Amino acid sequence: MLKQKHYIALGAVTLATLLLLSLPPRATSPLKLAVGSWFLPLFGLASTAQQLPITAADAALSRRELLRQLETLRHDNEELRVQATQAAAVAQENDQLRALFGWQRQTAWKLKLANVVMRDPANWWRTVQIDLGSRDGIRENLPVLTANGLVGRVSSVSYTHAQVVLVGDPNCRVSAIVENPARDMGIISPGGPLDNAFVDLSYLSGNAILQAGQNVITSGLGGVFPKGIPIGQVVDARPVEFGLYTEARVKLLVNLGSLEQVWVLFP
Amino acid sequence: MNPLQTILILAAAFLAVFGEATLAGLRQWFSAQVDLLPVLMVYAALNSDIVTVSLLAVFGGLWFDALSANPPGVSILPLFAVGFVIWQQRELILRELPFAQLVLGAIACAIAPVLSILVLLTIGQQPLLGWGSLWQWLVMTAGGAVAAPVIFVVFDWCNHAFGYQPRTETSFRSDREIRRGRQ
Repeated sequence: MLKQKHYIALGAVTLATLLLLSLPPRATSPLKLAVGSWFLPLFGLASTAQQLPITAADAALSRRELLRQLETLRHDNEELRVQATQAAAVAQENDQLRALFGWQRQTAWKLKLANVVMRDPANWWRTVQIDLGSRDGIRENLPVLTANGLVGRVSSVSYTHAQVVLVGDPNCRVSAIVENPARDMGIISPGGPLDNAFVDLSYLSGNAILQAGQNVITSGLGGVFPKGIPIGQVVDARPVEFGLYTEARVKLLVNLGSLEQVWVLFP
Repeated sequence: MNPLQTILILAAAFLAVFGEATLAGLRQWFSAQVDLLPVLMVYAALNSDIVTVSLLAVFGGLWFDALSANPPGVSILPLFAVGFVIWQQRELILRELPFAQLVLGAIACAIAPVLSILVLLTIGQQPLLGWGSLWQWLVMTAGGAVAAPVIFVVFDWCNHAFGYQPRTETSFRSDREIRRGRQ
């Protein structure tokens, strides 16, 4: 009987695994989201625990310190207002010039701030979860960035959370341009499992002339990432496949290991 | 089957998966995250029945896959394989020795991720692998070895604190009582 029991367990678990693995992608995504939603109360607890020291520190701030911070913010606000006025004038001039040449008008980025609440527990993927979901208008394949540069793209969305696949993950390939005279174009691919500060820029032409420090930005090809988002800087380059093409190592501008807040970009 | 122990193991698995996803300490220091589910599986296989082992594999695996980019179901079979083999050999294992726990924790944490990656490659996924993965594998193995004796101590304490204790038998038997004096 005991023997039978463990063979039944073996059969049941194997069958359950095979069933789950053979589910189509449109069924696995809701299943993952449903199981993931079990952790929502813990996410709430964790964020409350994180807020407690901040609230305590806020309560302990003296009136003098608050007034000093207020003054600094007022000063910054004035400066930003002047810069905004200047930027508006530049934008207007840019629009007029674009109209003269008949070029397409560039639309302004719409951004939404999100907190990073979780990282992938598996060592072989680079994903994070953010606290924005379909209720906030998030949908798949929206670009995610910080003030420094590109972070990744939204890969799956639940009602309250979304999973972001980071640059350097095998599932996040980005078409990129090197800001050199030739405007060499390549594909950002994973660098290695240990250091998430570096990625590879592959499929550059064999005669690409790259120098350390050259900026790498998104090319706008592929339809996911708009053109011009900074990705990183070239560190070094080497010919591969007997000089057929060149591969460069790129240092990312964003520190993916210490992400706390990111911006989701809406087209 | 002790339901309290099963509930405790499943609750620990739930918290372990959440902790692995939210605590970044080890990941920042060693560039790798230690997975505690195989260690919990070692404890479950040595101290529980096959139903608990199966439940831990199914729920632990599903929770892990739900928070990671793994397709759902990838982690179930590797966890169950580890638990099943230990459960079958449990009569031969000196489960109360910390050294045995340490070795079992290391072996479980070494085998489970390798099996998970094999499953991923079998179903056509492309996980992030390279020479650095060897370092991550070593960190996971060492982390499992360190965590196993600790988890055994914690669970033994929990069982002692929350579980029912066996009734102590006395040598007194009323039918063998020698009655003195006149009836």
